[in-house]
Amino acid sequence: MKSSNSQWKTRLGDRIPPHLATELDAFEHEIALKKQGKIEDRVFAETRLRRGAYGQRYDNGQRADGATTRTLNYPSPNTKGPNTMWDAPGMQRIKIPFGGLNAAQLETLADLAEEYSDGIAHITTRQDVQLHFIHIEDTPSIMRRLAAVGITTREACGNSVRNVTACPIAGVCRTQTFDVTPYAKAIAYFMLGHPDAQNFGRKFKIAFSGCRDEACALVRLHDYGAIAVTREIDGQTKRGFELWVGGGLGPVPQQARLYDEFVPEEEILPVCQAVGRVFARLGEKKNRNTARLKFLVSKLGIDEFRRLVKAERELLPYDPRWTDYLKDIPHYKEEALKPPSLLQIGAAKPAGFDPWYASNVYRQRQEGYATVTIQLPLGDITAAQLRKLADISRQFVKETVRSTVEQNLVLRWVSESDLPALYTELKKLELARPLANTIVDVASCPGTDTCKLGIASSRGLAGELRMRLASKNAERDEAIGGLRIKISGCFNSCGQHHVADLGFYGVSRNKNNYTVPHFQVLLGGEWTHNAGAYGLAIGAVPSKRIPETVDRITGRYRDERQQGETFQAWIKRIGKAECKKMIDEFTAVPTHDQDPSFYSDWGDPREFTLGDIGVGECAGEVVNPVEFELVACEREAFEAQLELEKGTIDKASRMAYESMLHAAQALIRFKFLIAPEDPDKVVEDFRTQFVDTEIFFDPFVRDKFARDFLRAHEEAGRPRTTDTAHQLIEEAQLFIEACYSCQARMTAVPAKASA
Amino acid sequence: MLQLPGAYDSRAREGKRLTPDSVQHINIKIFVKDPSAIRLSDAIGVFHEWIRQSVCPEMLIDVADYEHVHDGPGILLIAHEANYSLDNREGRLGLLYNRKTALDGTFQGRLAQAHKAALAACDRLEQEAPFKGKLAFDRKSIEFSVNDRLLAPNTDETWQALRPELEKHFAGAKLERSGEPRDLFRVLIGNQD
Repeated sequence: MKSSNSQWKTRLGDRIPPHLATELDAFEHEIALKKQGKIEDRVFAETRLRRGAYGQRYDNGQRADGATTRTLNYPSPNTKGPNTMWDAPGMQRIKIPFGGLNAAQLETLADLAEEYSDGIAHITTRQDVQLHFIHIEDTPSIMRRLAAVGITTREACGNSVRNVTACPIAGVCRTQTFDVTPYAKAIAYFMLGHPDAQNFGRKFKIAFSGCRDEACALVRLHDYGAIAVTREIDGQTKRGFELWVGGGLGPVPQQARLYDEFVPEEEILPVCQAVGRVFARLGEKKNRNTARLKFLVSKLGIDEFRRLVKAERELLPYDPRWTDYLKDIPHYKEEALKPPSLLQIGAAKPAGFDPWYASNVYRQRQEGYATVTIQLPLGDITAAQLRKLADISRQFVKETVRSTVEQNLVLRWVSESDLPALYTELKKLELARPLANTIVDVASCPGTDTCKLGIASSRGLAGELRMRLASKNAERDEAIGGLRIKISGCFNSCGQHHVADLGFYGVSRNKNNYTVPHFQVLLGGEWTHNAGAYGLAIGAVPSKRIPETVDRITGRYRDERQQGETFQAWIKRIGKAECKKMIDEFTAVPTHDQDPSFYSDWGDPREFTLGDIGVGECAGEVVNPVEFELVACEREAFEAQLELEKGTIDKASRMAYESMLHAAQALIRFKFLIAPEDPDKVVEDFRTQFVDTEIFFDPFVRDKFARDFLRAHEEAGRPRTTDTAHQLIEEAQLFIEACYSCQARMTAVPAKASA
Repeated sequence: MLQLPGAYDSRAREGKRLTPDSVQHINIKIFVKDPSAIRLSDAIGVFHEWIRQSVCPEMLIDVADYEHVHDGPGILLIAHEANYSLDNREGRLGLLYNRKTALDGTFQGRLAQAHKAALAACDRLEQEAPFKGKLAFDRKSIEFSVNDRLLAPNTDETWQALRPELEKHFAGAKLERSGEPRDLFRVLIGNQD
C-alpha cells in the first residue's frame, strides 16, 4: 500500500465536499478498527462493498497453479471479510452516474489506475469504471481523490442502489422523446444513501432510456427502468416515463414487468422511493439468491406489487427533492465548445477516416454536431490514453464524455468539420478503431481474469474472437457486421449474454477425467428494444471450439437469411433443434494426449480447474455413467424448450421437471450406485444426501439450485403459464449444470499442500 | 503548457520540502534492445511458471494480460510487494519493476533494491525458452520513476532533490528528466536513442 496514504486527507481537505469527507473519515476508521479486530468480518465486508471495494480472485489465499493448489502467504493474518485475506488484491468499482465524465475526472482515473492499480481502467457493462489489484488500505486515498473531482464510490457494490445508467447519447439522440440525463442524475443522488434504500436484501439497479426501440439503456433488464414518454394532458404536452420494474439477469433472468404506461415526471423519484420501501419491507433477506426485486414482483404478481407501491407512495412524507430539480430542467443544456459545422464531403480526409465515420460517428439531432464512439478493446483503456483523451475532450468538445454499456466511451458535441482532425488525434492513441457497434466489439465481464466467481475465461474468449473477427473484417460484412456478441464468465450474467445475438457464459464439463472449460451458447437474445428478448441456451461447447461455432452460426445466417430477415427472426425460423445441430459437431473433446490445449482456457496456460472458485471435495475415482446420464438430462431440458416453442406448455413443464429429477437420480446413482425410481423417494434421498450435507451447494449461490428442484417437485403437475414454464426450463438447465459441478467437485483431485 | 494539478503542486505542500529518503515506490524499467522479435504473449506462460516455481523474492500472485491495449502495461506478474511486467508504455518495451510496498532505509537503499530486482528479472527472462536468443535488455538504458505523485510530483523541486541521488547511483550515466507535469516523476538514464 502507498506510504503517502496518510497525507491525502490533508492535501485534499478543502476540495472534498464536507459530507463526503465525513463518510470517508468514517470508512478509514472502520478499516483501522478492523485491523484491530474490533469489527466482524461479515460486517466489514458489507461496509467495504458499500464503498465499492470488492473482492478479487485468489483473495481466499489459495491459487491453483496448474499442478497443485498453493497457499498464498499474504503477510497479514487479518481478513477483510469471511475467508478474504487482508492483503489480497481487490477491485475498486467507481460509479459513474449516467456515464458522465469530464476531463479532470478522466485525469484522476488515469492517476489512480497508474498509482494503485495495474495501469488500466476498465469500463463495465453498467457504465462504471473498475480498477483491479487494489489494496484495501489504499481505498480511502482513492476515494478521496475521486471525491475531489466529484465522484463517489458509495453504494457501488453491496445491497444498495447501484450505478444509475442512462443512454449515452441522451440529449443528442435523434429518436429520443426527451433528454433523460437530468432525471437520471436526480434519482442517482436522491437514492444515494437514502434511508429507504439501506435495508435491501440485494442490489437494486436503475436505468433510463430516451426511447423504446433502441438498446442504449437496456431498461427491461433493470429493477427500475424508465423510458421517456409524453402525454397530452389538458392541451399541454406533459413529460413522464413508461416504468418497468423487476427485471434482471443472473441465474434466473427475468424481463421487467410494466408498472405503468405513464408516470409523470414529478413522480419518478417518489415512486422509486416507494418501490424501495416495499422492496426493503417484503423482499427476501435471508436467502440472497431469491432476494432481487424480480423475485418479489414474481411472487406478488405485478398487480399486487403495483397496489402496494401505490399505497406506500400515499404514505410518503413530502420531500422537496422530488421536484426541486425539475425547475432547472427547461434550462438544462449541455453546451458545445464550437459552433456547428458540416463535414465537407469533397475535402481530403485522413486514411481510414471513412470506415471509422461509418461505424463510430453518430449524427446528433442538433445539426452540425456528431457523437463519436471510442471503441475500447475489452473495455480497457490505459492511463496514458485517458490523459490524452482528457486533452482531446478539452480541445474538441466541452469535456462531454460518457461511458456506455457496451464498455466504450463517447465524445458528444463534436462540430462535424472537426471530425477529420479528431480522427487523426484519436488514431495516434489507437482509439480510432472502426469497430463500434459491430460484431468485433465483443463485450465481456472480467471472468476468471479477476472475478472470484468466474468459471471460464470470458475475457480470453472475447479477445480471441475480437482478433479472429477483425482479421476477417467481419465488421464490414453486411449480414453479420451488426450482430452483438456478449460473454460472461459464469451464469451470473455480468457480460449480459442473455441480450446478445450470440451470447456465451462459462461452464465446465468433466471429460476424460479432466475438467474442461466450456461455454454455454445462447441464441436469439435481443439487444434492441431496451433488451427486448432473452436468449435461451442451446448447449455447451468446449471453450477452444467457440470460435468455430461462431463461424458456423454466422456463416449459416449469412448464407440462409431471407431478405430483411433479422438474426432473431432467422433463429426463430430454423428452430432450436436446428440450432443445436449446428453446434453438435463442436462438442467433442479430444483426449488430453491428442490435444492438451482443450484442457486449458484462453490466455491461461494453466491446466483448467474449478479449484479457484470453490473448495474441492474428493470422492475417489471417477465412475462415469453419470456423465452420460447428465447429458441425457440436458437433452431433455432442451426438448422441453422445443415443446414450449410449439406452445405445449404442460408437456414442456413436465419434461423440464423430469430432466431435473433424472439429474438428481444420476447424482444419487453416482454416489450410491443405485437410485430409487419413485420421484418422492428421489427427492427424499437428494435432500438428505446432497442438500442436508451441503455437498450440492454451489460456492456462490449455495442451495439455490437445490431449492429450485425441490420446488419444481412440489409444483409438479400444476398448470403453468408460458412465463413460468420458461422459468422452469431455465431452472432445469441451471440445476443440471449444478449437478455437473457437484459431480466435478466430488471427483476433483484434492488440493495438495504447497511446498 | 499544461498546469500541474493543484493536488500535486509543491506550492500546496504547506512548506514541506521533499527529502529523498521520504520517497518510496521506486520503479525501474530496463529497455529491450530490439523488440521486433518479441511476442508479448509469450510472457504469460513464463510468468505463470515463475509463480509455480516461486522464483522471485516477492509473494507472486497472478498474471494479467493487457496485450490488447495500445502502448500499455503489457503482461504483468502481480505480486504483493511489487509487480514485474514486460511493459510497453510509450511504445518502448522493457522490463518494469514497480515497487508497491514501502521499504525501510534510505533512498539509495530503495533504489538499489529496485534496480537489482529489475536486473535479476531481466537475466532470468532472457534465459526463458520462448525468449532465448531473441530477447536482450540494454542494461544501461533505464527509466527511473516514482509511482506516487504526492511523494514525488514531476516538478523541478523533485528533480533538484533526487538528481544528486540518481547521479550517485548511476555514476557517469546521462540523466534526462522526462514526461509532462501530469506524468509520474521520470528520469531517463544512460543510452537513450
